[in-house]
Amino acid sequence: MGFLQTNLPYLLAGISTGGQYALIAIGYTMVYGILRLINFAHGDVFMCAALMVIYSASYMPLYISLPLAIVATGVLGFAIERVAYKPLRTAPRMSAMISAIGMSYLIQNLALYVTGGLTKYYPPVPFISDSIEIFGAMTKRVTIITPFVTLVLIVVLVNIIKYTKIGIAMRAVSRDFETAQLMGVKINSVISATFVIGSLLAAIGSTLFFSNYTGVTPTVGGMPGLKAFVAAVFGGIGSIPGAVIGAFIIGICENIIKGLGWTTFSDAFTFVLLIVVLMFMPTGLFGEKATDKV
Amino acid sequence: MDKDKRKDLIIALALIALLFVVVVVLEQLLPRTSMLFTVLKKGSIYALVAVSMNLLNGFTGLFSLGQAGFMLLGAYTYAIFTIPMEQRAVVYQYYDGGIIQFSVPVFVGIVLAGIVAAIFAYLIGLPVLKLKSDYLAIATLGFAEIIRALFQWDKLGGLTNGSNLLRRFPVFKSSIFPIAVSAICIAIIVLLINSTYGRAFKAIRDDEVAAEAMGINLAHHKRMAFTISSFFAGISGALLAMFQTTVQASQFKSAMTYEILLIVVIGGIGSITGSCISSFLFIACSEWWLRFLDNAETYIGSFHVPLLRPGFRKVVFSVVIMAIVLLYQRGIMGDKELSISGIRKRLAERKKKKVKP
Amino acid sequence: MNKTVLEMNDITMQFGGVVAVNSLTMHVDQGEIVSLIGPNGAGKTTAFNVITGVYPPTNGNVFFNGNKIVENYPHGKMKKLYAGTDNGKYTEHIEPTPDQITRLGIARTFQNIRLWKSQSVFNNVLIAKHMLRTSNVFTATFHLNAAEEKRQREETAELLNILGLYEVRDNNCTSLPYGLQRRLEIARALATKPSLLLLDEPAAGMNPQETIELTDFVGKIRDDFKLTVCMIEHHMDLVMNISDRIYVLNFGALISQGTPAEVQSDPSVISAYLGEDENA
Repeated sequence: MGFLQTNLPYLLAGISTGGQYALIAIGYTMVYGILRLINFAHGDVFMCAALMVIYSASYMPLYISLPLAIVATGVLGFAIERVAYKPLRTAPRMSAMISAIGMSYLIQNLALYVTGGLTKYYPPVPFISDSIEIFGAMTKRVTIITPFVTLVLIVVLVNIIKYTKIGIAMRAVSRDFETAQLMGVKINSVISATFVIGSLLAAIGSTLFFSNYTGVTPTVGGMPGLKAFVAAVFGGIGSIPGAVIGAFIIGICENIIKGLGWTTFSDAFTFVLLIVVLMFMPTGLFGEKATDKV
Repeated sequence: MDKDKRKDLIIALALIALLFVVVVVLEQLLPRTSMLFTVLKKGSIYALVAVSMNLLNGFTGLFSLGQAGFMLLGAYTYAIFTIPMEQRAVVYQYYDGGIIQFSVPVFVGIVLAGIVAAIFAYLIGLPVLKLKSDYLAIATLGFAEIIRALFQWDKLGGLTNGSNLLRRFPVFKSSIFPIAVSAICIAIIVLLINSTYGRAFKAIRDDEVAAEAMGINLAHHKRMAFTISSFFAGISGALLAMFQTTVQASQFKSAMTYEILLIVVIGGIGSITGSCISSFLFIACSEWWLRFLDNAETYIGSFHVPLLRPGFRKVVFSVVIMAIVLLYQRGIMGDKELSISGIRKRLAERKKKKVKP
Repeated sequence: MNKTVLEMNDITMQFGGVVAVNSLTMHVDQGEIVSLIGPNGAGKTTAFNVITGVYPPTNGNVFFNGNKIVENYPHGKMKKLYAGTDNGKYTEHIEPTPDQITRLGIARTFQNIRLWKSQSVFNNVLIAKHMLRTSNVFTATFHLNAAEEKRQREETAELLNILGLYEVRDNNCTSLPYGLQRRLEIARALATKPSLLLLDEPAAGMNPQETIELTDFVGKIRDDFKLTVCMIEHHMDLVMNISDRIYVLNFGALISQGTPAEVQSDPSVISAYLGEDENA
C-alpha cells in the first residue's frame, strides 16, 4: 500500500499528461500526414488557447469563455495555415519548415508582448480543477477525467475520418496529394479542415493541461509541442492510434522518471526515445500497418 | 584572370585591415558601453555560428537544428578549462572546487571548445546523418536538448557545476578579439567551401544520388560537414561565453537555434556574406535600433505613440522575419556572394551602359 | 577472344511481390558496346541499379574484371543459419555502395538527367574528379593540393574540349539544351576515368538528328577512352547501328540475345514488342 501511495500519483499524472499530449499529437500527425510538414507552431497554438481562456475569462463567465476560446483557437489554426503555409505549397519542404519556425517565433513574441512577460494563471475550472483523493493519493479531478475525454474525442475523430466526406478526402490527400487533387478533391479545404481539427483538439488539450499546471508563459507550448511530435513519430507519423499510444507511453514514462527523482532528464528522455525510434524503427509503431493514414 | 583575383584578394585584405583600424579608433573615441560594441561583438559571434550552420544547411543540404547544443558544448568546454586555479573554489563552491584541477590558456581553451563540439558531432553523426530532411532536423534538435539536460545534471556537477553558473573565466574586453577570431574561422570555412570538398558538399546538396554515383562517399562527406560545422559552432560558443562572462546550460534552448536559422534564411541560404551581413543586422535590430519600440514613453511632439511597450520590438521583428520568409524567400543575398570582383563587374557594366547610348 | 569485363549471374531483384528482374545472366566483353533493350518496365534500369550498388539484388552475383563485386542470396541477411542451403552457389553477402562501385571503374548516366543543378558545366565535370583526389580535407582547405587541383582542372578542360562542351563551360548546366545536358552527363561519368560505362537511355528525348550524332559519339568515346559500353536504349536505329550484341528483356526475364541481326529476326522479340497474335 505504501508503494502504491507513493507511486500512484506519478502513474495517474502520467496517464493524464499522456492524454493531453495525445490531443496535441493528433494535430502534428494529421498535418504531417497531409503536408509532410512539422508544424512547429502547433505547440504555440496550444499556448495561445490557454491565454485566450485567461483573458476572456476576466470579461465573461467561464462557460462562455471556454467554448469561445476553443473556437477561436480553431480559427487561429486556420489563419496560420493560410498565412504561413499556403503561399509555400510548391516551395521546397525546407522553406515550409522555416516558415513554421518563424510562425512559432512570431506567436511566442506576440504572447510575450500581450502578457508583458508575466506568468499568467489559468482560471480554476469548476469540477475538473477540484482536488480529490484516490487510494489515499491527492490529485485533481482533471487527472482522472483526461484519459476518458481523450478517448471519447479520438473515437469521434476516427469516425469522422472513416465515414464523413471530408475524412475520406483527408485520407485520399495523405495517400497521394497530387492524384487526390486531380480527382477533384478540394485540397485547400481539406488542409484547412485538418488544421482546424488539430487546433480544436489542442485547445481542449490545453484546457486539461493547464487545469493541472496552471502557469502560462509564452514559451510554455514549446516542450509539450515537441513531445507530442515525438509521440506522433513514435506511433508512426500519420497514424492517429499510433500518436495516441505514443503520447500515453511518453506521458507515463516521463512522470515515472520524475518520480524516480531524475527530473532533469524527464525532457531529455523523450528525445532519447525519439532517436532510438528513428534509428531502429523509422516508421514507428504503426507506421507501416496503419491503414487509416491521415 | 589570375592577376585580377590576386588584386581582388589584396583589396579585400586591405578593407579588412581598414575595418580593424576603424574599430580600434572607435574604441578610443566612443565610451566602452556604446551599443555599437555590443553589436560588433555579438554580431561577429553570431556571424560565425550562422556561417557554420550555413555550411550544413546551405552548402551540404543537411537540415540540422543542433547548433545551440554545439555552442553549449563549446561554451562549457572553454569555461571549464580556463577558469583560473585560484577561482575554482569559489565557482565550484557546491562541488568542492570541481574535479578539474588545472587551467589552460585562452587560445588552447578556444580550440579545445571546437574540438569537443566536433567529437560530439562525430559521434552523434554516426547514427543521425542517415536520416532524411525533417527527421534529421528533429533528431539533431533532440540531441541538443539531451546535451542541455546532461550539462544540468548535478551528478556531473564536479565538471559542469550542475545548474549553477560558470563564471570568472578569462574574457575579452576589446571587440577586436571576437571579430578577429570569427573572421579567421569564417575565412577557413570559405576556403573549405571553395576547395574540392566544398564542391563535393554542393554536389550532395544538389543531387545525392548523382553524387554517390560519381564516387562521392555520402556518409563520409556528410559526417565531415557535420563535424566541421560543429567545430566552428563550438568556437562561437566559447566566444559567446566570453562575451557574456557567464555560462549556464539553460540559455542554450532550441529558440537559440531557431534564431540562428532565421539569420541564415534572412542572409540567404548558401551565401556566406549573406549570413554575415544578416547577423549584424539581426543583432543590431534586436539589441539596438529597434530598442525604442520597447519604450512605452515615446512621444512624437505631444502625441503619445500607442502600442509601444516592452516586447513590441520582438513582435515587429518577427513580423519582418515572417515577411522575409514568405515574400522574399531567397533572403538578402540568395545564394550569391558579395565579392570585390562582383562589385567591379557591376561597375564595369554600368560604365559600359553609360558609354553605349 | 576478348576478356569479359562484366558478368552478371542469375540476378533476381524482387520488390515486395514484384519481380523486377528474374534470373538475369549476361556478360559484357572488353571493348564491346552491348545494348539492353525491352519494353518499359522490363527491368533494364533495375539491372543497372544492381550493378552500381543502388539496390542489393535478391539473388545472384556480379563480377567485374574477374572480381566479385556484388553478391547476395535469398537468405543473405541470415547467413549463418542458412549457409549452404542455396546449393552452395552463392554464399557471400556483398553489398557495396554506389560510390565504391564507381571507384572500381564503373560509371553511369541517368535516365532522368541528374546533373548538379546549381553548378556550372565545368564544375559538374570537376566535381566528378573529386573521387580521384589524393588530398585530404586539411590539405584541400589550405591549398596544399594546388598541383592536384591544377591537374584536375586541366583534365576537366581537356575532357570538355573532346566532348565539345568547352565553349559553354561557364554556363549553368541547366541552361544547356537537352542534348548537351545528356552529353554533359556522359562527360561527368568519363571524368571518373571508368573502364566500363553504363548509359541509361542516352538518346531519350532527342530528335533524329541528335540521335545520329549520339551514335557516332558513343562509338568515338569507346575508341578514344578505350571503354566498354553497356547501354539501355529505346531508339532502335541507334541500337542496331552501334551494338555488338543485344540482350532483350521482358517482364524482368531475358527473352533473347545475340547480334543485332539475330535479335531482329527472333520471333519472341517481335511478339514482346508487338504482342502475340491471338489467331495464330
